[in-house]
Amino acid sequence: MKKYKIEVDCANCAAKMEEATKKVSGVKDATVAFMAQKMSVEFEDGVDEAKVMKDVLKACRKVEPDCEIYL
Amino acid sequence: MTRKQKKVLIRVIISAILVVGLRITFQFADVNKYIELVCYLVPYFIIGYDILKKAVLGIFHGEVFDENFLMAIATVGAIALGEYVEGTAVMLFYQIGELFQSYAVGKSRRNISELMDIRPDYANIYEGDELVQVDPDDVEIGTVIVVKPGEKVPIDGEVIEGTSTLNTSALTGESLPREAKAGDEVISGCVNMSGVLKIKTTKPFGDSTVSKILELVENSSMKKSHSENFITRFAKYYTPAVCIGALALAVLPPVINIIIGNPAAWSKWVIRALTTLVISCPCALVISIPLSFFGGIGGASAKGILVKGSNYLEILSQTKYLVCDKTGTLTKGVFQVTEIKPAEKYTEAELLKLAACAENYSNHPISKNLKEAYGGDIDPADVPESGIEEVAGHGIIARVSGKEVACGNIKLMKKLGVSYFTPDKTGTEVHVAVDGVYAGYILISDIVKPTAAKMVSELKANGVEHVVMLTGDAKKVADSVADELGIDIVKSELLPADKVAEVEKLISEKGEKEKLAFVGDGINDAPVLSRADIGIAMGGLGSDAAIEAADVVLMDDDPAKIATAMKISRKTLRIVHQNIVFALVVKFACLGFGAIGFLNMWWAIFSDVGVMILAVLNATRALKFKE
Repeated sequence: MKKYKIEVDCANCAAKMEEATKKVSGVKDATVAFMAQKMSVEFEDGVDEAKVMKDVLKACRKVEPDCEIYL
Repeated sequence: MTRKQKKVLIRVIISAILVVGLRITFQFADVNKYIELVCYLVPYFIIGYDILKKAVLGIFHGEVFDENFLMAIATVGAIALGEYVEGTAVMLFYQIGELFQSYAVGKSRRNISELMDIRPDYANIYEGDELVQVDPDDVEIGTVIVVKPGEKVPIDGEVIEGTSTLNTSALTGESLPREAKAGDEVISGCVNMSGVLKIKTTKPFGDSTVSKILELVENSSMKKSHSENFITRFAKYYTPAVCIGALALAVLPPVINIIIGNPAAWSKWVIRALTTLVISCPCALVISIPLSFFGGIGGASAKGILVKGSNYLEILSQTKYLVCDKTGTLTKGVFQVTEIKPAEKYTEAELLKLAACAENYSNHPISKNLKEAYGGDIDPADVPESGIEEVAGHGIIARVSGKEVACGNIKLMKKLGVSYFTPDKTGTEVHVAVDGVYAGYILISDIVKPTAAKMVSELKANGVEHVVMLTGDAKKVADSVADELGIDIVKSELLPADKVAEVEKLISEKGEKEKLAFVGDGINDAPVLSRADIGIAMGGLGSDAAIEAADVVLMDDDPAKIATAMKISRKTLRIVHQNIVFALVVKFACLGFGAIGFLNMWWAIFSDVGVMILAVLNATRALKFKE
């Protein structure tokens, strides 16, 4: 389980980011806390976390172009 | 305001001025419709370009039905139908609503971090002879740090030099100063009030109390409550459903009109459909629910109550059974003289002095309590050690100032043939006889915390139906404490394993919706804490075990905080429910009226932005809690 600081403007967008992150391959589970501006990601065993997070960022940008994840 | 917010504000102001200006101008000047359109498009694009961009991008990315799409369709549609002012105004008010929301959220986030203003910025360490400020993260275990008056203790450690008083109010919510001197353990987050302290660190910064607390509060919004999950799921189906409904409203009635031979009236139905789209935006719900929980958790932490997740705040509000441990939770767990009952011819002070003198050489805990209560010095010449006779299992007979003082339990009195008083309270009895004549008794017992009774009555006033006390103590002692506090169920003489069994029994007996909370000191009762629906640990300050095991941590050991936590949780949930009901009722009512044409676009704007602003303002109430 790893935590990342994020920047997202609206609560609904945060929910969309959470949905999108969960669908990225290599991600076991994910939670986005809008109020804390944080995202916690649980990875599948043995994946390259840095690479998965790049995909996560891409997926999130698709649903919410304004968002930022501080890797 | 952040830069982003300021930018939006400027756009709002410019386009608002333009719209009002244009409206007034066109009132007097009769111009071509297309010139009017082009003029209104200027403020429309100034205020709405980012929404339009997001809506288009969303369609390409397969995210069709979101609020950007709703707003883009509604406003473009309105403008296409010649409703220029309304179309631009919808976008304008939508942006004002978004701006307000982002400002309110940012403000409560800042408020909460101010409440939790315990993060130390630096630590003072010696480099050679010079004192330098470094990042607390870089300080290794065993380093000597210096904390000056007014500074926060940055890292947990042991005082090696200096004396001072520490203010723990940032951690506990109570401004009760603590003394610190060489040899004392101190925890990070306290503020040094008077003297300079040299502290040898015992933990890295990351494992220090202050880091743990901050991490806990920051992560609390990751654990989402049922209400939050419900709203997220709701929004996921609701928005597409509304879009499809609006489409049907725009197309079906005109088509039916055509079939039955009436005029189609396209523009009338399209406007109604667009109105329902504006009304339907789910923002009020989606933002105000997490904001309420965040506020509740923040407000609780300001009172020294750490709640590890929104879900726990929710469960807390549904608690019907509160099970608590006796020793350390309801009572202080420290034995003290609680009653002195002298016989005739003696005063309380004389009786206490006699007992303290007789017990002068004993190391029994009871003797210590007696000497502590007496407090004065005892001249060893008055009590020659040679005159002490210990009667095993009974007590002590000593010569004090030439008199024979017998000090012990009832058995000793019986053995000496002395008649005695029978105390009506429970505790350890110390009877005293002087030269074979009864002098009175002293009662030593665990004292009940002063706020324990208040806690029980306040819990009952706040929805808790049963307060249960579990203890390993004797039935007589347990019953008397329960009586004093007004506790209705008592289980005494339990072994630690029995406590888990009792809690399990209660859980199986209670209803599904009735939640059970357990309160303990977090040290011996980790299994029970985790078995209960919600585990509350007391005295979290300085006890890592308690912080780990529990769902709710009370930083100090004041039982009244349990009632406070319960009240905060109930207030938060009340706000959450108010917002859900208020937003849904207004939205559905407006949707209905909008669909049959009773509401124009302006009402639609109110029911979207107005409801959201009211819900957010209501949510921020959760942050403030007054007793």
